[in-house]
Amino acid sequence: MKKFLLSFVFIIAFTFYAILSSSKQLGIYINNLPVGDPASKSAPTSDPQPDKTITPAPPTSNPKTTKKPPQPAPTPTPTPSPKPAPTPPPAPKGIYRDGSYTGTTADAYYGNVQVAATIQGGRLTDVQFLQYPSDRRTSIQINTQAMPYLITEAIQAQNAQVDIVSGATDTSNAFIESLGSALAQAKN
Amino acid sequence: MMGMTITVEILDSPSPETDLEKVFSYFDYVDKKFSPYKETSEISKINRGELQERDWSEDMKTVFTLSTETNQKTNGYFDITAPNGKIDPSGLVKGWAIYNAAQILQKIGRENFYIDAGGDIQSRGKNSRGEDWSVGIKNPFHPEEIVKVIYIKNNEGVATSGSYLRGQHIYNPKNKTKPITEVVSLTVIGPNIYEADRFATAAFAMEQNGINFIENLDGFEGYQIDKNGQATMTSGFKKYTSINV
Repeated sequence: MKKFLLSFVFIIAFTFYAILSSSKQLGIYINNLPVGDPASKSAPTSDPQPDKTITPAPPTSNPKTTKKPPQPAPTPTPTPSPKPAPTPPPAPKGIYRDGSYTGTTADAYYGNVQVAATIQGGRLTDVQFLQYPSDRRTSIQINTQAMPYLITEAIQAQNAQVDIVSGATDTSNAFIESLGSALAQAKN
Repeated sequence: MMGMTITVEILDSPSPETDLEKVFSYFDYVDKKFSPYKETSEISKINRGELQERDWSEDMKTVFTLSTETNQKTNGYFDITAPNGKIDPSGLVKGWAIYNAAQILQKIGRENFYIDAGGDIQSRGKNSRGEDWSVGIKNPFHPEEIVKVIYIKNNEGVATSGSYLRGQHIYNPKNKTKPITEVVSLTVIGPNIYEADRFATAAFAMEQNGINFIENLDGFEGYQIDKNGQATMTSGFKKYTSINV
């Protein structure tokens, strides 16, 4: 009897998992939202990176690599990409006050993006999209065409000899780091 | 030209000095007409209100027409009006001038060469080993390093827009007080350097959405580097990373 119950529970759990993960995959192709930073997902062990989370960024990962267990957050997003070498240091605990903060509306070229950030335990645990470009035919088309196909990688120095070099004429050594407006409000 | 270093390499020319003279004299002409840093340039006169549109030179009219067209094609993200109200078409002139210089060489029969002005490149034919010209994309964090090698297959132009030091800032025309910070480098491969340059300029102003714009532009590929060293490339970019087609 016990074995039967155990198998039954297993089957139910697996069914839920299958339904959730397949609907998530469906969600990726139908509901193409510009996604926030991978660190914005509610993974308790990952460090939030405040300078990236609120910026309405386009997807930086190939959704085809997304095969992760269902997560409580409703926003479908691709798997986080491998982090490049120059990673900013993690934010100290408790830098943000708990609560929910609404960012300003930002122009994402084909429409507006507005996000709400949730802080729990002093860390960013969730990002919700309040607005995303979906109200125009063009923007829907662009979202569904562009987003699944971009490929990301961490930059790596190459040893190859080349004939010609292309780069911006001068590169600034000091990059201005700006926190999203919602996180600026959340700061202690 | 307009403060940029220019490198020209022409293979198998019977008269390399004469060829180079032609190219540099053309760039000198462009500089004298379009440099916003020269008080006596035509563009500076226009900005001071000293020249009516009917008195503009043919090349000036051409550049303005091309700028308007590019503005329309990029939903306003290519905009030659600087935040201070001055007109500065450098973002288009650069690629346009390199393209014209390459045309000069092509017309006199040169088949294997490249012109590199400020990191924007127009090549033709093959290098001295008979292989595709190879272009390295600079590491925006360590400019002495290369982070990607691309091979020119069919005389494509390569333009890289990036964060600038020296006053030639690219700003977001939709929010002119906000500096571009998320993306530090965007390399565009296009049918020729004029096309690559104008769309690289516009796409860089779109910040992270720039790479999406390039993805949806037929005949163009792109490689974008963000401030954390994460690169995003368009779906067809990989074909340029190997020397054999």
